[in-house]
Amino acid sequence: MVTKLTATIAVLFTGGLLLYGVSDFPGFGDPHSPANAGVEGGGPSISQYFIEESYGDTKVPNLVTSVLADYRGYDTLFETVVIFAAGMAIFAILRVLEPGQPRPDELHESTRYSDGDHTRIIVGTTCRIIVPLAQLFALYVVAHGHHSPGGGFQGGVILGASFIMLAVAHDLPAALRRFPEKNYLGLACVGVLVYTAFGVACQLLDRNFLDYGVLEKVLFTDGPEMARSHSMLGVEIGVAFTVAAIMFAIYANLSSRGRLHGGL
Amino acid sequence: MILSFDIIILVFLVVAAIISLSVKDLLSASMIYGIYGFLICLLWAEMGAVDVAFTEAAVGAGVSALFLIATVFNTQRNSSD
Repeated sequence: MVTKLTATIAVLFTGGLLLYGVSDFPGFGDPHSPANAGVEGGGPSISQYFIEESYGDTKVPNLVTSVLADYRGYDTLFETVVIFAAGMAIFAILRVLEPGQPRPDELHESTRYSDGDHTRIIVGTTCRIIVPLAQLFALYVVAHGHHSPGGGFQGGVILGASFIMLAVAHDLPAALRRFPEKNYLGLACVGVLVYTAFGVACQLLDRNFLDYGVLEKVLFTDGPEMARSHSMLGVEIGVAFTVAAIMFAIYANLSSRGRLHGGL
Repeated sequence: MILSFDIIILVFLVVAAIISLSVKDLLSASMIYGIYGFLICLLWAEMGAVDVAFTEAAVGAGVSALFLIATVFNTQRNSSD
């Protein structure tokens, strides 16, 4: 009782402080706020630069993508590493490696929902229709992230979710047969390595890490702008690999207590 | 921004947050958490942050609710307090 009262008071106090802090914020979309107009005597603000110059710099219409994957490439690289580390932590904590476990090619879908279970037919058929469409949509989101909302992270989550949907609608072995453990762990590593490779390639050509403009010599594009655009697509694909693999890895380990059979 | 739309979403958001914390059945709580994520996604889309809304729809409303459900099935289903 006393604990609950203390917690309530603490929550109300912190919430009150947060609400009090919000009152100091500039208004929504205020053009004169420091973030939009810059500070006095400090030159133009950084957001003004991105809005006016990012298309000329990178030829990418969606400036959120160009900021995330190019101007703030380090942030996105380490976000990908964070996702990777989270997946590895789940693997290290939950995964139970028992001798004599079935190998992926020995897994077979359980027969508990086969003939005679009519409710399962609806779920299974819906899943069979939706999963390929979801995977196509995921690829579209990754490839079209330059021009519309989306990018590697969102596309990767949708791709991972399509395998999770398969595991929910059938069972975990059905999904693991199509995306075995060896493959998803490898794909997670490959994603981070693809991203890093783009950075290191720039260093090998005597520029800074993740300074994509110099890659025009390697990618044979006309001008550094298109090189930046194509490199962004490359790193987004790396992000999508890692995110898709880790999402499925987390689900597979959580739902089967790390044994990778049974599942929900 | 449309003020009335904002207010409706925010009211639903607070209601969903309170219900998902107070429901005893953890499976229902996870589902309502998914609804909460979807409402936040609507709010962001309505404020013009479409990329963030997309991420929230995929991660908050989709995958993280699924992770919670997967965990609930491997633990005790009802909250003890």
